[in-house]
Amino acid sequence: MKKQKKRRLSLMRKRMIAGYLFILPWLVGFVIIYIRSLFQTVQFSFSEMEIDAINGGYTLVANGWENYRYAFLEHGTFKQTLTSSVMNMLVDVPLITFFSLFMAMLLNKKFPGRALVRAIFFLPVILGSGAIVDAMEMSAKMMQTGVSGQAADMAAASTSVAFDIDYLISMFMNLGLPAKLMNYITSAVGRINDIISMSGVQIVIFIAALQSIPGSLYEVAKIEGATGYETFWKITFPMVMPHIITNVVYTIVDSFEESEILKLADTTTFTKLDYGIGSVMTITSTLITCIILVVVVGFIQKKTFYYN
Amino acid sequence: MRKFDLKKTLKDPYQQMLLMNDIKKFALTILQIAIIVGVSYVILAPVIGMFVNAISSDSDALNPMVFVIPEHPTLEKFKLAMLRMDYWPTITKNILYVLSITLIQVLICSMVGYGFARFDFPFKKLLFGCVVVTIVLPVHTIMLPMYVTFRNFDPAGLATLFTGAKLNLMGTPWPIYILSLLGCGVRSGLYIYIFNQFFRGLPKEIEEAAFVDGAGMWYTYFNIMLKNASPAVITVTVFSLVWQFNDTFYSNLFLVSDEIVISKRVSVLQSVIANEDKIMSLTIQELYLHAGIILVLLPIVLIYLLLQRYFIEGVERSGIVG
Repeated sequence: MKKQKKRRLSLMRKRMIAGYLFILPWLVGFVIIYIRSLFQTVQFSFSEMEIDAINGGYTLVANGWENYRYAFLEHGTFKQTLTSSVMNMLVDVPLITFFSLFMAMLLNKKFPGRALVRAIFFLPVILGSGAIVDAMEMSAKMMQTGVSGQAADMAAASTSVAFDIDYLISMFMNLGLPAKLMNYITSAVGRINDIISMSGVQIVIFIAALQSIPGSLYEVAKIEGATGYETFWKITFPMVMPHIITNVVYTIVDSFEESEILKLADTTTFTKLDYGIGSVMTITSTLITCIILVVVVGFIQKKTFYYN
Repeated sequence: MRKFDLKKTLKDPYQQMLLMNDIKKFALTILQIAIIVGVSYVILAPVIGMFVNAISSDSDALNPMVFVIPEHPTLEKFKLAMLRMDYWPTITKNILYVLSITLIQVLICSMVGYGFARFDFPFKKLLFGCVVVTIVLPVHTIMLPMYVTFRNFDPAGLATLFTGAKLNLMGTPWPIYILSLLGCGVRSGLYIYIFNQFFRGLPKEIEEAAFVDGAGMWYTYFNIMLKNASPAVITVTVFSLVWQFNDTFYSNLFLVSDEIVISKRVSVLQSVIANEDKIMSLTIQELYLHAGIILVLLPIVLIYLLLQRYFIEGVERSGIVG
């Protein structure tokens, strides 16, 4: 009897230790890379940095809350940019989440050429990042400064095959529907490009989620006579709920990384070499994003159904 | 096929219902096709534009009458772009480098994600909160301290002990390997998160059965859980490949040589072409740039198409089948 009890305890302990072993690589990295670096960044935000260009080092002079005071009370655009970035984020998230769920459901059906279409939908992820954007931006810059307007115009005409959307919009405007509705629709249509290019990853995650739903659930629903609408709300939606959280997290982070506030922080840090103010900006905006994440995820998590 | 007879159909309510259903289905299919084609066009338009540019000759680029279909298509842009980027050796090294990092990322992140999903230990919630923080935290915030760490790399004084000086890892891919091994690589936090969500969604019965049958925790993880998580593995593999391939932030920060990172060569391709080949017209330089971009994108698109098949297969194998 006694022996059994001891073994049971040791199993719990063993699982605990195994848990730590599983997360060990990340834990080490987090402590020695993130904690240390974050600590240093916070330190920057409370001090003025003087860079020693000759020896490659830097010296810190502590100046208390001065950087924060400057950013919030004196800086020209910081507060506006922060507010507008946060607002954009909040508007984008539901739009992108539902658009990508909708597209994933379309792409999850069987139709000829499905593989091709899926590959096309993933293209924005490949095109949207890193080197290509760099190269395009650089060529755009050279275009602006380098040659006469004519050459630039011509290049612009040859790079995009898109036809004139204004014609369609004006035709649409003449339909005689209420102006407000028109404006909303046209602005949403105008943003469709952004929405599509920002939802590539989310679509892939949703497709994977949809495919992990056991087909037997749908069979049962069909036998019981559920309509498509009921099947969606009673089976598909609850089953992809955990992945909705993933996607919401990803969307928030993604739109934060693309946001104006980070660009502002970036230019402050690396163009004006003002490390203190730049750190204040990144720390403030990261904190706000974390709070939004916690609130939103907490809210969705309450309604989430896990398979277990 | 049902025989279609209009009069009979209109009389019989059952036939009427079937007809209505057919019409509804047809309309829905049309709508779906329209949406898919439309969205695909929005995505593809710039790519088509780039491709057209890459195959058009100089005279086409300067001819305002040419639209979409070049008059004198040529592959010369690709040839020169390949030469100037040193394409084949660079892309081979680059793919090997990206593949090895992806392998590390998948192993480490799935392990960590599994640890968070299935084991109970003190401070678990706090630590998982930290994972989310690493996702959200813009890398720009910590780039300077990170640079300093790897510029004077000295883990626990080992480097000083053996070589007598701190290691300078700049210019080598080692910092990125080390970061990936420690779960701090390019978007590692997100991969941990994805794996965590997937493992949490899997039924616990699989592991219980394995445990009853006498499998240890590590055996269960490698031989049972990892195989069951194949959709997540494929998802993370695809993401990691693409993002690692496109990453310029880390490779610029650690000054990784452009011999193994082709995207660095693309970003300077335009000026290289201008200098080496004395092509001064910006419009024409851009054609070469677009050819270069297409050449760089090609392997990653091919890899994606290849994995896409396994994506579906892997998904069909998943579930409780094991």
